[in-house]
Amino acid sequence: MEIAAAAAMGKFIGAGLAAIGSGAAAIGVGNVAGNFLAGALRNPSAAGGQTATLFIGLAFAEALGIFAFLVALLLMFAV
Amino acid sequence: MSTETTATDAAHGAAQVSACVNEHGSAIGMPQLCADWMPNQVFWLIVTLVVIFLVLSRIALPRIGAVLAERRGTITNDLAAAEELKQKAVEAEKAYNDALAAAKLEANKIVADARAAIQKELDAATATADAQISAKAAESEARISEIRAGAMEAVTEVAKDTAKELVAALGGKADARAVTSAVTARLKG
Amino acid sequence: MATEAHTEEGSALVFHPLDQFIVKPLFGDGPVQWYTPTNVTLWMALAVLAIVALFVIGTRGRAIVPTRVQSVAEVMYGFVYKMIEDVTGHDGVKYFPYIMTLFLFILFGNFLGLLPKSFTTTSHIAVTAVLGFGVFFVVTAIGFIKHGFHFLGLFWMSDAPLILRPIIAIIEVISYFVRPVSHSIRLAGNIMAGHAVIKVFAGFAAIAAISPVSVAAITAIYGLEVLVAFIQAYVFTILTCVYLKDALHPGH
Repeated sequence: MEIAAAAAMGKFIGAGLAAIGSGAAAIGVGNVAGNFLAGALRNPSAAGGQTATLFIGLAFAEALGIFAFLVALLLMFAV
Repeated sequence: MSTETTATDAAHGAAQVSACVNEHGSAIGMPQLCADWMPNQVFWLIVTLVVIFLVLSRIALPRIGAVLAERRGTITNDLAAAEELKQKAVEAEKAYNDALAAAKLEANKIVADARAAIQKELDAATATADAQISAKAAESEARISEIRAGAMEAVTEVAKDTAKELVAALGGKADARAVTSAVTARLKG
Repeated sequence: MATEAHTEEGSALVFHPLDQFIVKPLFGDGPVQWYTPTNVTLWMALAVLAIVALFVIGTRGRAIVPTRVQSVAEVMYGFVYKMIEDVTGHDGVKYFPYIMTLFLFILFGNFLGLLPKSFTTTSHIAVTAVLGFGVFFVVTAIGFIKHGFHFLGLFWMSDAPLILRPIIAIIEVISYFVRPVSHSIRLAGNIMAGHAVIKVFAGFAAIAAISPVSVAAITAIYGLEVLVAFIQAYVFTILTCVYLKDALHPGH
């Protein structure tokens, strides 16, 4: 019973730690968008053609945050 | 932990239709990871994708592609027609300008002609008038000199007669030739 | 264990953020066989109907000057067509119907999932994994058919220093095989996360003191989810195009 309780506690602590990853991903997404904006303001004529690249970068950065969220969910509900 | 729950769920037996849902209808664990439901989802997904693909590739996409191509053709034609009309408009404007320039030239010519004709008439009239005036002046001069000559003669006559009369009145016998020569001398002096 | 805790409390906070993803049979309470018509079937069928309504019935007139519905269909057509042409080049255009199918299925799955009480088909990893791995296998097959073993040159960076090349090749191979996983998890995870967050905020709405905040938060998250629904469809499609480009032109 002691071990089971410790396991339950560890699971929630782990989920909380995994959720930090979402915040880190938020920083990454902000970096991508901010740098894109900085570049776009410096050279607005080239910005239009790079929207696809922007979204791909955003998707990659965000995917890792989603993975962290998924790990949290798995710990909460599936383990 | 989940093995424990599934064990209790299995104990529920009849009420339980799936290993992933408890007796309250709530999910046990993540529904996304429930292996019982996956074949169902995959099957219906494939059916759906095949249907969408058939609808799109057989009906929708060729139709939209044709409409877009047709529209592009229409727009190109319209643009060509517009270009042609514009060309025509430019030509018409050019013709108009030419006509305008020609008309101006013509008008100038007419004005110049009219001016020349009027000038000619005017010159002729002036010449006639000058001729008349000079003729009249010559006539007048002739008459004046005639009159003057007449007057001089008359004066001489009158002076001779007067002198004769005066001489006679004074009791002398007037010598006609002497009187005449005297009067003539006086008149000349 | 968490679910048990919820159901026992009953009175105060009730969180069932994942119950919206349960697959249920449409008729009766029997077990879910592979052929059973379920809510998955229903919402996929609705997506098909929406696509048919937009792309078949909406374009029925074939009007030169489009009606409103037809111009929406034309905008989507042009959007995906241009994306493929820009990313993969001209020889990717013949895969247009396949990519359009993926795009429309995901787009309509996401948007129909945003309706209240609906079931989001694209939030299930089983669904997106079929899409993602399908793209992966098809694209790999195209690469090998078009280029034979030269396709493996994709992993061999000939402009890197010779010592580094094996290491880079290993990394490239790993990242190549992670592609379908991230490709499918990204879509399912995004959609699932958004819907779960909405449900969590909805759970907080039971407390009178914070329910206005909760409702405002739901509204904001919903707006974000509308954006995410489109962006994820876009990202899935454009990544498919990028993978297809790698298969068609592995040299660069």
